[in-house]
Amino acid sequence: MTVRPRKEIHLAAHFPGVNNTTVWADPRAKSQIEFASFEHLARTAERGLFDFFFLAEGLRLREHKGRIHDLDVVGRPESLTVLSALAAVTERLGLAATVNATFNEPYELARRLASLDHLSGGRAAWNVVTSSDAFTGENFRRGGCLDRADLPHSRLRSSGGTPITRAAEFVATARELWDSWTPEGLPRPFAHRGRHFDIAGEFTVPRSPQGHPVVIQAGDSPPGREFAASAADVVFTRHGTLEEGRAFYADVKGRLATYGRAPEDLKIMPGVTFVLGDTVAEAQERAAEIRRRQISPQNAILTLEQIWGVDLSSYDPDGPLPDIDPDPESTMVQGRVRVGDPLAVAEKWRTLSREKGLSIRQTVIEASGRQSFIGTPDTVAAELDEFVRTDAADGFILVPHLTPGGLDEFVDRVVPLLQERGAFRTEYTGTTLRSHLGLAQPVWKG
Amino acid sequence: MTAPHGRALLHLAAALDQQAAYDAASHVELAQLAERGALDFVTLGDSFARPGLDGLGVLSRVAPATGRIGLVPTVTVTHTEPFHVQAAVATLDWVSRGRAGWRIDVSTTEREARLFGRRHASPEPSASLHALWQEAGEVADVAGRLWDSWQDDAEIRDEATGRFIDRDKLHYVDFEGATFSVKGPSIVPRPPQGHPVRVVDATDGPARRIAARYADVALVRVTGPAQARALRDELRHTAAEFGRSPDDLRVLVGLTVDLGDGECAAEPGWRSPLFERSRELGGGGGGSRQSAQGPLYRGGPVDLAELIAAWHGADAADGFHLTPVEPRRDLERLVNGTVALLQHRGLFRTFYPGSTLREHLGLARPANQYAVAGGAS
Ligand SMILES: Cc1cc2nc3c(=O)[nH]c(=O)nc-3n(C[C@H](O)[C@H](O)[C@H](O)COP(=O)(O)O)c2cc1C
Repeated sequence: MTVRPRKEIHLAAHFPGVNNTTVWADPRAKSQIEFASFEHLARTAERGLFDFFFLAEGLRLREHKGRIHDLDVVGRPESLTVLSALAAVTERLGLAATVNATFNEPYELARRLASLDHLSGGRAAWNVVTSSDAFTGENFRRGGCLDRADLPHSRLRSSGGTPITRAAEFVATARELWDSWTPEGLPRPFAHRGRHFDIAGEFTVPRSPQGHPVVIQAGDSPPGREFAASAADVVFTRHGTLEEGRAFYADVKGRLATYGRAPEDLKIMPGVTFVLGDTVAEAQERAAEIRRRQISPQNAILTLEQIWGVDLSSYDPDGPLPDIDPDPESTMVQGRVRVGDPLAVAEKWRTLSREKGLSIRQTVIEASGRQSFIGTPDTVAAELDEFVRTDAADGFILVPHLTPGGLDEFVDRVVPLLQERGAFRTEYTGTTLRSHLGLAQPVWKG
Repeated sequence: MTAPHGRALLHLAAALDQQAAYDAASHVELAQLAERGALDFVTLGDSFARPGLDGLGVLSRVAPATGRIGLVPTVTVTHTEPFHVQAAVATLDWVSRGRAGWRIDVSTTEREARLFGRRHASPEPSASLHALWQEAGEVADVAGRLWDSWQDDAEIRDEATGRFIDRDKLHYVDFEGATFSVKGPSIVPRPPQGHPVRVVDATDGPARRIAARYADVALVRVTGPAQARALRDELRHTAAEFGRSPDDLRVLVGLTVDLGDGECAAEPGWRSPLFERSRELGGGGGGSRQSAQGPLYRGGPVDLAELIAAWHGADAADGFHLTPVEPRRDLERLVNGTVALLQHRGLFRTFYPGSTLREHLGLARPANQYAVAGGAS
């Protein structure tokens, strides 16, 4: 019988985002836009020997009831520019940018990513996302439509395509560009002609230290999973519980063989939250307090409106849930992913409220899910390790609730315990993100 | 602001363009050298056909390694998304704490068009150049609007009402250009300088009106002070026609400098045939454009200081943008020779009194165009 080597955990730091996970109404919460905040979190992650630092992206400010959503953090910098600057103040930490494949073009983005890889000595990663709604499209030349007449040849105009097929061809095209220089440093012309892109010329950047920057994929639909299995190095998922995680893990890893890939060629990293305390009870108390802060009275009504799809501003957050049913066709919420089945969710929440005698706000707090890992540094370290050992994940993208100090405690208290368990590196052994993730250098396809 | 002699302040900038440099270190080193000379800003040319890394990315990498000097990458607007470009420039301003500029340029060649496969270069070059600069003007315009789409005090963090921002202080720009439209607001809060500094090479006709209308710094490549003064007067006049104060525009003479032969080999004084036309490194796209040519100074650093002092004294220019033919060698001589001499004569700053690029240039932080209009979002 062969003994499987101990799986090492991979860790990433997610800069706090623009939803209500991020608690801005805390005296310790600092700027979400000043460079000092990015520098603080990145340096903390590097001190904790993390694999990479991660920035999300949203290309249109969210709206609610036709107006800009004002209850959560709003505003963030452009990812690749911040990461280029962070390359100056970190040495080993991977630097991952979320960049949309619908509202960009392969030549320009491949060039920016290869540039980041050079500027950081091989630490660049690209999280490929595919949001493509017409709402976001209003900020761009391309608009929202993928089958519009902006394709170069009329032959291609009617062929359509989906955000995922465009993203898949986008990534493939980027890889052709990254391969267009020989490893010896000779530029060679490229030509790509496909359904979405018809381009040719010469790439201006030599093959970068990682060969190809690390490709991350965030998405959950079957086509999204297939795309990840065929093309990504890392999957960013929302499946943060043990059962869901295992199912997702088995499903995605099971798709790899079709593409001639081994299970370890693709890392699965759910985005997770954590709360620490000196005792489990204290951690639970802190976790409850954080949830109360995340769900202000205003945010409770808004959360409800996102499900119901109608104006509920006349309801009292400390009163009972609405009797009326949600409008599944509502377009009231723009710029964020809608929940699966509003009618089912509404029914579940009403039941919860009735059974436990909860107000609107209490129901939202109760239903919106606990933080993924709550406990002492010891119990949290043990749980994280269990997730990875039992194939619910290869690692985690940690989403702190405070900017920029939300990772300090984790790095100071949990990382040493993971190291003691032999589940996490005690030093960086390589210089590139690929080496941290244990990924092979991509084979040059001359 | 005036210098001790009652004359307008002298502004100096240098290009960091190197032949095919793909590393961070050489750019950092050059920028630090320029900062030692207290120069207003450094530029980094870029185009999609230029061998080299993304210019804005390189200068973001340089930002934390420098403290005061302005950072001005070229970002082209023909094949890029105006919304992304303004966000990236605003972010450069955030990471550099108010030191960002943006040299606006167009992509003219079919070679560049083929890299994107979305539109063709026009077969008729002069009409095409005109249309491309029209579009560049619209991009400069919408960028200004998007930077203003957040008022400076939009972030309120008001716990009582649970609101992070006052959304009445965020604004849709609803911009409809000839080739693109943008809804807004920006995803990036208003940058530290309000508007990062917009730089346009105003030497060629179609770019000149755009420079007069939108640029904070106009570059002119000319070979004599009379020509420079005429162009500066024209730019200031056109700026006034667009309703701007001419004093909000700095006009810098663009000069390629070769300080390689030292003082003794200098041609006999800058008054004689000292200029020759020569290829400018790193500028423009495709290499075949007339505008990629520039006047060349060849001589010693002391004579260069004389030239700068004389032109500036004759009100021919607000300063100079110098492109060293060999950056490492020439920038060093420029800082230790030319700049030191100008400082010694009290013509150039010896330290940075301000911290933002606008402060170096003596340009006010612009008022927000939406703040005046009131709070209707
Ligand atoms: C964990 C996770 C994180 C995501 N982060 C972003 C993001 O930062 N920006 C964005 O535009 N879309 C983001 N997305 C949206 C995806 O790119 C995609 O549009 C969406 O998941 C729908 O694709 P699917 O049907 O394959 O799930 C994210 C999705 C997931 C699952």
